[in-house]
Amino acid sequence: MTTFAFENRIWEQDETLSREQLSKLQLERLKQTLEQVANVPFYKKVLAENKLSPDSIKSLDDLRRIPFTNKEDLRQHYPLGFMAVPREQISRIHGSSGTTGKPTFVAYTVGDRERWANLCARFLVAGGLRSNHLVHIAFGFGLFTGGFGLHFGVEKVGAGILPAAAGNTPRQIMLLQDLAAEVLICTPSYSLQIAEVARAQGIDPAQLPLKFGHFGGEPWTEDMRLEIERELGIMAFNNYGLSEVIGPGVSGECVARCGMHIQEDHFIVECINPDTLEPVQQGEQGELVFTSLTKEAMPVLRYRTRDIATLDYSPCPCGRTGVRMSRVVGRTDDMLIIRGVNVFPSQVEEALLRVEGTAPHYLIEVDRPGTLDEVKVHVEIRPQDFSDKMSQMQALRDRIDREIHSVTGIRMKVELVEPQSLERSFGKAQRVIDHRNDK
Amino acid sequence: MKLNQLSVFLENKPGRLSEPCKVLADAGVNILTISLADTEQFGILRLIVPDWQKAKNALEKAQCVVNVTEVVAVEVEDKPGGLQNVLQVMEQAQLNIEYMYAFTFRRENKAIIVFRFEDPDTAVKLLQQKALKILSSEEVCQRVEG
Repeated sequence: MTTFAFENRIWEQDETLSREQLSKLQLERLKQTLEQVANVPFYKKVLAENKLSPDSIKSLDDLRRIPFTNKEDLRQHYPLGFMAVPREQISRIHGSSGTTGKPTFVAYTVGDRERWANLCARFLVAGGLRSNHLVHIAFGFGLFTGGFGLHFGVEKVGAGILPAAAGNTPRQIMLLQDLAAEVLICTPSYSLQIAEVARAQGIDPAQLPLKFGHFGGEPWTEDMRLEIERELGIMAFNNYGLSEVIGPGVSGECVARCGMHIQEDHFIVECINPDTLEPVQQGEQGELVFTSLTKEAMPVLRYRTRDIATLDYSPCPCGRTGVRMSRVVGRTDDMLIIRGVNVFPSQVEEALLRVEGTAPHYLIEVDRPGTLDEVKVHVEIRPQDFSDKMSQMQALRDRIDREIHSVTGIRMKVELVEPQSLERSFGKAQRVIDHRNDK
Repeated sequence: MKLNQLSVFLENKPGRLSEPCKVLADAGVNILTISLADTEQFGILRLIVPDWQKAKNALEKAQCVVNVTEVVAVEVEDKPGGLQNVLQVMEQAQLNIEYMYAFTFRRENKAIIVFRFEDPDTAVKLLQQKALKILSSEEVCQRVEG
């Protein structure tokens, strides 16, 4: 494996505040955030019900008096019910898949965008990015926060950007060869797809000019990191974020690569037991909960991410003081991440219901036979929808295919199966088999 | 003058084809002719049997998805050009064939072909006008079994 020794450069001094200074800043900003959320009807009600005001927050421990915010709360206030600023102050809107066909929208003021770009710049610089580099971004540019989030982070650092966007892998390889970007930004699985396609073209991916990459948008493992580093001959950095909190920039790795530093001057993190909702013991696995401290357009209080990880408060040799989170090791809900896109089984159900004549009995089978995720949906056909005509059956299958794609944004392979053939356990049918977990 | 054809949905899994056949065997149903349409993902098995209602009941009891469609059995001369003559008649009558398959026996140099039309009643009328021999269910059974 090729290793690259990077100089440890720190983008903003606030990344190294002492824990004491950090706590003080967090408390001050938490109070400000409570003031800011008073403009959001949902939070106004929550605060009133719990007799909370900026003044009633005396210490960071008081945070725990605030109820959690769930994705369902955001969904119920679709599309922009969580805005804390008037519409004309919104500078950008992004969105992530919801549990139904409607996305969850998030918004940014000009100030939010500026802070977001800085947060991305921090982890990019921590992971080796310098202004003389050219960065190849193979994330989708759209509602997804990944593409634009990283784009403006790279721009903030002053490096060059090639907004290659997602898809068309042979073209990506041509661009990587001809323009000689040093840095790759995409999902970890897509980086391996690039390597695989390059090999198939007779190009040794390790010979591409790439030196390192920043990967995120889906969970991955240490084994996958080794594979990426070996295949592409680069150093691979992990970063984490979710649109409801801000997008990429919530946390990222430094050169020490012993966890992702959470940018605690902008977010308070908690790690809770998802059943008891109590904090877990230090170092234990739990669900991450974030409170934003500097967001104007859409602050969130105690947002439950459903992501399971551990927190490490031990000092890091890089000098950054932000607590380090582990890789995300699982979810407390049934959300799947398919090629970087969040997919809920309920979305598939919604798509099936849209197709007249399809009973919502289905089973989603996820696998990663090569480098990319593949999804198969087994759908039970109802006797009354069965036709002796092949064209009609194909049309039914194609409609299911299109609806699933339109709701989830993902192409799934639809397989029609006999009624009653999918296993049903007591009350609740098993909806998902994820073979990626077997590996 | 139409036949009731049974269609059975088949998943694309090993053993799926023999399942309905076994059900019919156990029910003592003789299959007069059979055709299979398949894709990578699923298949449609089409059957002509003497007692379609009995066969349908047996298949449904065994949890098969079955539907009944009216098809038309046309007598075709078993010689070069025999089928072509019949197809030409259909073409002139502007009858669209959804699919077709044959019975596996012949008698007196006559073959029988099963046709699926969108509107079987109109098809029967038009084909009879053109002096084509359309067989009833009883006639088909007689020819197979007789």
